[in-house]
Amino acid sequence: MSAYLTTANQLRTVRIVSIRDETSTIKSFTFRDRLAAKAMPGQFVMIWIPGIDEVPMSLSTIDSKEGIVAITVEEVGEATSKLHRMKVGDVVGMRGPFGRGYTMMKARNVMIVGGGTGLASLAPLTEKIAQQKGRRITFFLGAKTCAELLFLERTKNVLATMKQRIVVTTEDGSYGTKGLVTEPVELLLAEEKFDMIYACGPELMMYKMFLLAERFKVRFQASLERLMRCAIGLCGTCVIGRYRVCRDGPVFSGEQLREVRDEFGHFKRGFNSKKIAI
Amino acid sequence: MVNRLAIEIAGLKLRNPTMLAAGILGLSRATLCEAIEKGAGGVVTKSIGLKPREGYPNPSVVQVSCGLLNAMGLPNPGIHDFVEEIRELKRGGVNVPIIVSVYGFSAEEFSKVARVAEKTGADALELNLSCPHVEKTGSEIGQSPSLVAEVVEKVKAAVKKPIILKLTPNVADISQVAKVGVEAGADAITAVNTLRAMRIDVETAKPVLAKTIGGLSGPAIKPIAVRCVYEIYEAVDVPVIGCGGINTWRDAVEFMLAGASAVQIGTSIALKGLGVFKSVAKGMDTYLRRKGFGSVKDIVGLSHNR
Repeated sequence: MSAYLTTANQLRTVRIVSIRDETSTIKSFTFRDRLAAKAMPGQFVMIWIPGIDEVPMSLSTIDSKEGIVAITVEEVGEATSKLHRMKVGDVVGMRGPFGRGYTMMKARNVMIVGGGTGLASLAPLTEKIAQQKGRRITFFLGAKTCAELLFLERTKNVLATMKQRIVVTTEDGSYGTKGLVTEPVELLLAEEKFDMIYACGPELMMYKMFLLAERFKVRFQASLERLMRCAIGLCGTCVIGRYRVCRDGPVFSGEQLREVRDEFGHFKRGFNSKKIAI
Repeated sequence: MVNRLAIEIAGLKLRNPTMLAAGILGLSRATLCEAIEKGAGGVVTKSIGLKPREGYPNPSVVQVSCGLLNAMGLPNPGIHDFVEEIRELKRGGVNVPIIVSVYGFSAEEFSKVARVAEKTGADALELNLSCPHVEKTGSEIGQSPSLVAEVVEKVKAAVKKPIILKLTPNVADISQVAKVGVEAGADAITAVNTLRAMRIDVETAKPVLAKTIGGLSGPAIKPIAVRCVYEIYEAVDVPVIGCGGINTWRDAVEFMLAGASAVQIGTSIALKGLGVFKSVAKGMDTYLRRKGFGSVKDIVGLSHNR
């Protein structure tokens, strides 16, 4: 019967190895977990805050050599604020890694577009692409305001030795170009041919990116977010069309998103499965 | 070519005896459709009540050594919203029975939900008398023969479509409950729902499930479920649907030999994906051919011929 068990789905407890303040509302937490450290960029884990809740979290660092992973968490609700009050040495539960991450494609000219905490899943992807020869990366990084810019220094360091451009936008103009990240993206797509676009961020931003990728005929992948419970494709909480975000995603291709375009960017489902407009 | 796997349960024509179990996916048209496209002979929706319910906080599903433990808490949008999903599904022209799982906090609620589901196009109703983690419904009703009779009679008076009872194994004598249910008008029995169980994390000394106690499913409960089907088959004359730990065609055949006319699959989808319906059906077909049976009906209850 042990063949029944899915190894990744075993709940284990892990200690917080280190905590780093990324912005005033975002912290990164590092754990030693060999299983999670085997993840592909874009995969996620379920983090159990004992006595509070269990929530899905993208892996923002994946170090398979050291067996170390990190999650990057914005304080938004009960579970995340409890996590924000935790200290090095405190224990949380972990399941995973789950889902399908980003697919590495043969692409020379790559665009990566991240908004808000969406940068979390894009960081290990960027590191992986940066290790490959002959790639050129144009990295768009958006935030509401300068203080909320995530992983700018990290991205600069990762891309330092390769052909790259980094474009920063803030909605209030406190850093980089003022406006939405999709605006300079659109201008660039009109004048340059890209082979691949990766996106993660607020859904309306990703939806806009999807439409741009369709219009300029560029291959596209985006990492979606939905409410989740089981993380193993059973409960149906995270469904979008015929797909289960926890299992068939969270990263979806442009072709898949075309199939669910009535839902993607339009509505998600609540815990009671009712539709909620995005 | 004759389809050896075709079978009829209370008037429901199944192209093969595998069904999507209640509680798994089953809250949207698209996921029910996907289960059908991947080979399920019938689908049961997640349990639907009169009003929307959010269910319990996480952790609501956790793995244990040979199964899964869950306490979802019957999350659903309520029948009045859910009808949209059934309508769309029926409009798409499905070729397998759509069974709506129904729960209620009273016989009245059960019958109200069942009536709306029937009007919307449900081919049958499966009454959830067995959810082990929500108070005042589910197994609290299913453990009391008099409450079972009350609910079944009320629903029977409200609908014409077949009524299937999903029973809880958390009782001393499941065949007794089945008998009472059938006398009250049930057209078929599904056995079984999950067993009450729990898990405690040793590092934090806390129960893992937010609800503390939940229901155990998967391979761990299969022998119990087979025994329940065996006992019910002897006690009543209506078809029995087996449920609990079916992963392979061998498991499905075992249930049918015990007396099941069909099987429901849920937990296994976590491991094998929705392809499990096809793989189980294909394996059963090969078994029937190898053993020289012309129809899957020939093996239902065969183990009782001793």
